[in-house]
Amino acid sequence: MTHLSSNRRRKTLVVAGHGMVGHRFVQAAIERGLTETYDLVIVGEEPRPAYDRVSLTSFFSVESADELSLLREGRYDDPRVRLVLGTTVTGLDRDTRTVALSDGEVLAYDALVLATGAAPFVPPVEGRDLDGCFVYRTIEDLEAIRDASITATRGVVIGGGLLGLEAANALVQLGLETHVVEMAPRLMPVQLDDGAGSALVRHIEKLGVTVHAGAATRAITGDGRVEALQTADGEIGTDLVVFSAGIRPRDQLARESGLEVAERGGVLVDEQCRTSDDRVFAIGECAAPGGRMYGLVAPGYAMAEVVVDALLDGPGTFTGADMSTKLKLLGVDVASFGDAFASTDGALELVFADAVGGVYKKLVVTEDGSRLLGGILVGDASAYGVLRPMVASGIALPANPEELILPAARGGAATGPTAMPDEAQVCSCNDVTKGQILAAAEAEGTTRAGSTCGSCKPMVKTLIEDWFARQGKVVDKGLCEHFALTRQELFDLVAVHGYRRFDDLVEAHGRGRGCDVCKPAIASILASQFNGHVLAEETAPLQDTNDAYLANIQRNGTYSVVPRIPGGEITPEKLIVIGEVARDFGLYTKITGGQRIDLFGARMEELPAIWRRLVDAGFESGHAYGKSLRTVKSCVGSTWCRYGVQDSTSLAIQLELRYRGLRSPHKLKGGVSGCARECAEARAKDFGVIATEKGWNLYVGGNGGANPAHARLLAGDLDTDTLVRYLDRFLMYYVRTADRLQRTAAWIDSLDGGLDRVRAVVVDDSLGLSAELEEAMTRHVGSYFDEWKATVEDPDKLARFVSFVNAPDTPDPNISFGTERGQIRPEVAGEPVVLAATIPVGAP
Amino acid sequence: MTQAPPHDCGTDDWQPVCRVAELEVERGATALVHGQAIAIFRTHDDEVYALGNHDPFAKASVLARGIVGTRGDVPFVASPMHKHAFDLRSGRCLDDAHVSVPAYDVRVVEGVVLVGHRKSDAA
Repeated sequence: MTHLSSNRRRKTLVVAGHGMVGHRFVQAAIERGLTETYDLVIVGEEPRPAYDRVSLTSFFSVESADELSLLREGRYDDPRVRLVLGTTVTGLDRDTRTVALSDGEVLAYDALVLATGAAPFVPPVEGRDLDGCFVYRTIEDLEAIRDASITATRGVVIGGGLLGLEAANALVQLGLETHVVEMAPRLMPVQLDDGAGSALVRHIEKLGVTVHAGAATRAITGDGRVEALQTADGEIGTDLVVFSAGIRPRDQLARESGLEVAERGGVLVDEQCRTSDDRVFAIGECAAPGGRMYGLVAPGYAMAEVVVDALLDGPGTFTGADMSTKLKLLGVDVASFGDAFASTDGALELVFADAVGGVYKKLVVTEDGSRLLGGILVGDASAYGVLRPMVASGIALPANPEELILPAARGGAATGPTAMPDEAQVCSCNDVTKGQILAAAEAEGTTRAGSTCGSCKPMVKTLIEDWFARQGKVVDKGLCEHFALTRQELFDLVAVHGYRRFDDLVEAHGRGRGCDVCKPAIASILASQFNGHVLAEETAPLQDTNDAYLANIQRNGTYSVVPRIPGGEITPEKLIVIGEVARDFGLYTKITGGQRIDLFGARMEELPAIWRRLVDAGFESGHAYGKSLRTVKSCVGSTWCRYGVQDSTSLAIQLELRYRGLRSPHKLKGGVSGCARECAEARAKDFGVIATEKGWNLYVGGNGGANPAHARLLAGDLDTDTLVRYLDRFLMYYVRTADRLQRTAAWIDSLDGGLDRVRAVVVDDSLGLSAELEEAMTRHVGSYFDEWKATVEDPDKLARFVSFVNAPDTPDPNISFGTERGQIRPEVAGEPVVLAATIPVGAP
Repeated sequence: MTQAPPHDCGTDDWQPVCRVAELEVERGATALVHGQAIAIFRTHDDEVYALGNHDPFAKASVLARGIVGTRGDVPFVASPMHKHAFDLRSGRCLDDAHVSVPAYDVRVVEGVVLVGHRKSDAA
């Protein structure tokens, strides 16, 4: 019994420091059940709980400090966690395993986590103690700067790094004439090269900030108060000075208690963030894993998770962090990633610089130009989302990597139809060039572009709209002659008024009786919002060719049936069923590109019997047609593949089952790859997911077809729940706002802001729409049903599946088959076939 | 649609095919008349039309499966294959004046749809 009770003794874990990283540690400890065995005591020096120090600059624009808080309630929702604020840890005695607090309390610990962060580095210059000298680290620092600014007109920031520019931004917001003094020859010397630094200076000086680069501060002068800053070049008059010349780890407790510290400061820790005392850990800016300090919050968070894991006997390790940075500094996009300084042997640099526009972009590539090593972007960091993963995954660069950074007008990758040369072929079926289309527009004539397979129609539409816009004419974006409204406007009308019938909509907002353009579009809108059966009485007449018969019409008027095989995973038993159905109905079989099996040559009247066989065997027929989700293709993933890092097959199945039946402006395809080798070709899909070590990267806007597009990164390293949430939002946003027959790639390009706009709405929830979009998707998922099974079970819906209304037992004589390689093939007659011998039967 | 049959055909030339009530509004059905596949359409105003079911562009017997609507005042069906539009009254292709499909006389007697002879091109 004594054993049991000693096992049950609760242990104490003390966390020294309640900054962002300390807070993350506590959150993770609660979430992962560490508080089942440990009581936690967190000792924070500042008077308030942890807050978002990264967004400190926004302190001046928010109502109160509470808005930055990471713990608004002021306490954790777990009784085993005690938060002590306004108190410092003053001593650490490793022999007695106790820490002493500034309020006199002594705490015994079983495990101790140092998360004491860093302190601003104030260089030892004369006058640094004068009134009007500040640092930039805490809310109290900002309050002091704000108070001083009331009587000030000028301010100087010492330090032109990341934090210094944030501080400069703060001074600009306070209305001060602002100077930045940087000792290095350029701004952000750690992240940027000279060219990028110059581009950044041009932007910043436009905002009224004066930059003094290569200027060492000699002294701060004044009579009790700051009056001027002396540099090698001269004097800058000022009323206040903000030091932002770097940070130093707060490792004093460790030093005093004899723990090992790194040469350049910071508590030395191993890959589990354990110090030289195995009961003491250090995380965040006070720690130096492998001797190196990390001054960003993301590595700190990673360390926090590693320590929670270590305390739970997990395998997690911290072996370094990606120090890539992308941020908006004073409104300027700046990004630096990978080997930004081309320090790799033989590395080459490709630079695009536009001094007028203030844009600087540099790619660092391997000697043979095959892989991207790193880069720097200033003024336009829109390519960061594409480029950074290319460094991480090591995928091959395109043949002309410079296109990745060139602006569209100079042959960059972001070329739309407007940027194409006149001789470019638009319609490959009928060999029509862009020049011919524009000439026809000029002459009010026509071409045959788009009249065959139709895949170039969206491109033709864009060209014509652009042409009219250039003539100063208003482009009618109406759907067709029956509706002078766009698809999006119609979608909103249906949402607002709750129309469920085409007749009500056309009477209220249109004219005539509709056509093959507006009817399927409205059927799709109604399906997206209400998800009724396609053959329900009010929507059946609206359905396009394939939706009208729930199968794919083929050249000779027969249909193909494609049983749904989610993610391409199928049992031998089910394969046999497909084989038996194909054999019994005499169907031609072929493997599709979407990892399914297509069964061709079914007469319309045979469809219900085929579906019944499939339903009985546990299949549903699948959407290989219609403007809806087709398949989510996958590789075999980490379950079998020796390279796989995540279970791509399970995710693909989950996604296909979630989004099946979703009616959208155009067809939708998905893919999931289990590693960066990308065997599922996910980036050729409207949504593609690629596994990373940490989770999933989500790419959007890809397609194959006549005008291929590679999907672009929307968000990286997501856990599965977040991924699904983002996808829900993305797909619903697309369903709601895209034009008819606009694939996701064209839709994204058509938005003001493009992919950044999508990211703002989907990831950052800039429109506050997320909950509504997710709810809409939840409704879709909840209302999904097997349309084929429902058809088979409803005699009214079956009525249309007959060869002839007056001769249901007579097959259509126009359909006949020959054979080829042992299977059927359609034989096409040029003229209608007459059944001379047949006397019509079945008079009503 | 309800005019008397041409003088040279007997009443036997009117083939009953189905009841009007069996036809979906603004959708087609296929009937076998005189050994040929005929597409029967019922429009929103309850008129009934008949065209040859064969799409001369796609060379397939499919017109009855198209979407029915209007272009201006012209009632038409869009072929389910490549969306060529045909005038329900005359069979003329609205996208290509050189092409047409046969159109047939139709009348409705006591709720029963009767299909007669091919209309002359002037119809």
